[in-house]
Amino acid sequence: MTTNIRYKSRSMKSEDSEDKQYVGFATLPNQVHRKSVKKGFDFTLMVAGESGLGKSTLVNSLFLTDLYKDRKLLNAEERINQTVEITKHTVDIEEKGVKLKLTIVDTPGFGDAVNNNECWRPITDYIDQQFEQYFRDESGLNRKNILDNRVHCCLYFIPPFGHGLRPVDVEFMKALHEKVNIIPLISKADCLTPTEVKKLKDRVRDEIERFGIKVYQFPECDSDEEEEFKQMDKELKECTPFAVIGSNTVVEARGQRVRGRLYPWGIVEVENQSHCDFVKLRNMLIRSHMHDLKDVTCDVHYENYRAHCIQEMTSKLAQDNRTDSPLPILPLPTPDVETEKLIKMKDEELKRMQEMLEKMQQQMHEKDQ
Amino acid sequence: MRSLSLSGHVGFDSLPDQLVSKSVSQGFSFNILCVGETGIGKSTLMNTLFNTTFENEEASHFHNGVHLRPRTYSLQESNVDLQLTIVDTVGFGDQVNKEESYKPIVDYIDAQFENFLEEELKIKRSLYNYHDSRIHICLYFIAPSGHSLKSLDLVTMKKLDSKVNIIPIIAKADTVSKSELQKFKIKIMSELVSNGVQIYQFPTDDEAVAEINSSMNAHLPFAVIGSSEEVKIGNKMVRARQYPWGVVQVENESHCDFVKLREMLIRVNMLDLREQTHARHYELYRRCKLEEMGFKDTDADSEPFSLQETYVAKRREFIGELQMKEEQMRQMFVNKVKETEAELKEKERELHERFEMLKRTHQEEKRSLEEMRRDFEEEMNTFNRRKVAAETLQSLQGSTGLKKDKEKKT
Repeated sequence: MTTNIRYKSRSMKSEDSEDKQYVGFATLPNQVHRKSVKKGFDFTLMVAGESGLGKSTLVNSLFLTDLYKDRKLLNAEERINQTVEITKHTVDIEEKGVKLKLTIVDTPGFGDAVNNNECWRPITDYIDQQFEQYFRDESGLNRKNILDNRVHCCLYFIPPFGHGLRPVDVEFMKALHEKVNIIPLISKADCLTPTEVKKLKDRVRDEIERFGIKVYQFPECDSDEEEEFKQMDKELKECTPFAVIGSNTVVEARGQRVRGRLYPWGIVEVENQSHCDFVKLRNMLIRSHMHDLKDVTCDVHYENYRAHCIQEMTSKLAQDNRTDSPLPILPLPTPDVETEKLIKMKDEELKRMQEMLEKMQQQMHEKDQ
Repeated sequence: MRSLSLSGHVGFDSLPDQLVSKSVSQGFSFNILCVGETGIGKSTLMNTLFNTTFENEEASHFHNGVHLRPRTYSLQESNVDLQLTIVDTVGFGDQVNKEESYKPIVDYIDAQFENFLEEELKIKRSLYNYHDSRIHICLYFIAPSGHSLKSLDLVTMKKLDSKVNIIPIIAKADTVSKSELQKFKIKIMSELVSNGVQIYQFPTDDEAVAEINSSMNAHLPFAVIGSSEEVKIGNKMVRARQYPWGVVQVENESHCDFVKLREMLIRVNMLDLREQTHARHYELYRRCKLEEMGFKDTDADSEPFSLQETYVAKRREFIGELQMKEEQMRQMFVNKVKETEAELKEKERELHERFEMLKRTHQEEKRSLEEMRRDFEEEMNTFNRRKVAAETLQSLQGSTGLKKDKEKKT
């Protein structure tokens, strides 16, 4: 203990032989940075919502690429009985030496049919499948190259044409809020005036609370962060759900070339904060909270899935008494409280029956005599 | 027929004026049906079209089904009275399963036709005073997705196109940019055509309006914007929507097709819409309904049927049917009675049998009991006799014993 104090007081004086006082673990962040740059990042983003709400356009605007070059849109007749499909596009993008393997999971057909009962089932099945695959890989023997295909974030597009959430929105979010981070967005926000945007946001926030939907919450700021950061964070939280506009085209506005939409009455700039919340969404999704989204997926959603899975497995094993399970049996660190109780009860019963048997034997013996 | 030329002014050229003054004094009625999802802008467009504010609360998204809400208003402009009925579809497009969504709409339209048909067929009818509630125009609001029609739109319009005049409009069109709008309109029209949906075509047979109507036909579906607010442009207050990036003026033809819609719907073709409803859609309904009831225009010999004969024949048929039914029911009743009687008889017989049986068993038991009693009595008697015998023997023995003892002793 005393040595530490000595070292501290010495560093304040900034004397000779500074390398003796300086241990050097302050470079850990740099090492983390270097390693992560070498390893590269991956991120899986799911977009869900009815057709025609601008999902593809927004994804293109977010990542400044064109992921949907040749896609075929169905017409109304074909969509009457359409089922939901899951499509994946993976791209590798690089910026300043940092590589990102981005996977976009699209859900064409969601909400498009006339009868949309349980149209989210293929989506929940897909998410569960990814969890199951990761679970299997994690429990496997060779764990060096696990491919993480779990969905880290789901952007849900709410149409701006209504007065708030619709039944299909509520049911979708409730089916998925415990499996994936949901970020609701108000799409095509260029049909709402600023007052209407505010009204709709308040309405949607109220309804999300009322129906008990657990959307992704931004983590609280540490108390020792800068004031500016805290202010930004507060603004971000009050802005949800984000009202976004996307654009595939570049137009000329105020002497600059920007991404925007050209109307006879003006030009909507996608990156103009007073026009829409696109910049906030991009900053949040990519620049500040991407890793937090991954962490919440790993620590909360995946762990829930895993615990649920294991519980089911062990209760099944106790019933079937089979030893050939698809997964290797992991030794349970703590036996189930319930099964312990059951075992105790059975033991007692056995003891009682033994006693009775002895008594009867005795009686018979006496009788014989 | 010969046509003659007049040698002077007679004055029957005032006939149209007489007609006009009569119809003005009668007043007009017009019924609009607005079909579209909740929040798409139906009420706002009505307010904008008629330049007034019809009272309307925001609808919720969580209705269980679709129901129609008709509201009638009395409007006046210059000296013309208009009875305007606006029918709203509440809850349309909100449910998860929308397979039944079109039914309430079709049922409502048919009900209005049915009411009119009833009035027509009445003995004492007053068509002059009848408030015509048949829907003259259905404005179908298409959501501005920019891609194509929704599946629900297609299904609904197919069910409605033979019952009502449909004008499809693109709602909230300030979210579709000009280039996208062209493609969107073309896609919608091609989808309607390829699926055989018949929308209302503005009439081109009257030369006065043929030109404007045919050019308007090419602009379908109209891309409209509505607004309840006014913004100051220049030195006038106009209906507009104020955005951070500009102001969308409702009545500016380069911004949207609202002016075209108003022209077509109200200023040019309102009367034609009413006539089409009566001449085409109502007639179709009437024909189907009457054919269902069994009326025909010509009978087997291709002679024109008279209504009276058909009516008498129908009546006879009906009465004959009634009699047959009565007979059937009577038969059934008689059969039932017979059945139940037979059953009851069976039961009675059974009961009798059982009674006899029981009586017999009872008697047998009595007899056997009697026997047993007699046996028992005999036994008792024998026992008594034996007892007496034994007792006397004993006493004899006792005395002899004594005697013996005595003898022994002595």
